[in-house]
Amino acid sequence: MSSETLSNNHAHAAEHGHHDAGEMKVFGFWIYLMTDCILFASIFAAFAVLSTSFAGGPTGKDIFELDYVLIETFLLLFSSITYGMAMLAQHKGNKQRVIAWLAVTFLFGLGFVGMEINEFHHMIAAGHGPDRSAFLSAFFTLVGTHGLHVTCGLIWMLLMMAQVWKNGLTPTNNTRLMCLSLFWHFLDIVWICVFTVVYLMGVM
Amino acid sequence: MAHGHTDNAGASHGSLKSYIIGFVLSIILTVIPFALVMHPSFTPQATLIAVVLFAVVQILVHLVYFLHMNNSSEQRWNVLAFVFTILIIAIVVIGSLWIMFHLNHNMMRH
Repeated sequence: MSSETLSNNHAHAAEHGHHDAGEMKVFGFWIYLMTDCILFASIFAAFAVLSTSFAGGPTGKDIFELDYVLIETFLLLFSSITYGMAMLAQHKGNKQRVIAWLAVTFLFGLGFVGMEINEFHHMIAAGHGPDRSAFLSAFFTLVGTHGLHVTCGLIWMLLMMAQVWKNGLTPTNNTRLMCLSLFWHFLDIVWICVFTVVYLMGVM
Repeated sequence: MAHGHTDNAGASHGSLKSYIIGFVLSIILTVIPFALVMHPSFTPQATLIAVVLFAVVQILVHLVYFLHMNNSSEQRWNVLAFVFTILIIAIVVIGSLWIMFHLNHNMMRH
């Protein structure tokens, strides 16, 4: 009996240990996100300082199309709630639903990145590339860094779909899904700052 | 049990209701500032203040309804790290603007 209690305790301790490990991983990822915030803050500060250095080139009012940006914003917002649905499905242990919602989220995210690349392409083709003025350099750096983050999130999402499909909703996969959830919602928060500071204030 | 615990880690789960509330609030808080700028009906200063306020409120909505930040004990370190980050961001952004504005002013570029 005593050995049984011992092994029970041991099993419990192992489970508890794992629980802590998952929790620490998510917390560690949170700390990474906080450092990412500071990266974005630096780029935002640079953009704010350079936001009127047009060097005779176009201003925000000349080149930004707000209805286009509004659609981009909605794509990202929809992808946020669909990722939330994936997390709810994960909580219920429904593997197929998790993969399906991740796929929907992926498509919204892909649409966002596609629209952003299209916008960049049009600007550069019209001679409003990052080499035109300090304002445009700062613009491409800031919006491009965000777009790069979203692209990384999309790659991660593909990997998670494969992982969940292959291994199911294991504790390890759940921790990873939780980290990606934080990452994805965090990018949406950064985008709120981008559309407010860059696009809305740029057009005003 | 391990399943239930692991995904509780670091940030708690929302419910369908909380996600939908957050989503609807976000839509409202996105559409209004865009409308204010696309169809100007106030002075530029008033619009600027309104747009910034809407952004701040929407960030809070995202933090609460999507990132599930709250004042529970499991969240204490997350919130503490976040508050510290806000302090650093404020120093970086306000400090940069302050210094560069004075630099431009003193160099008579203004």
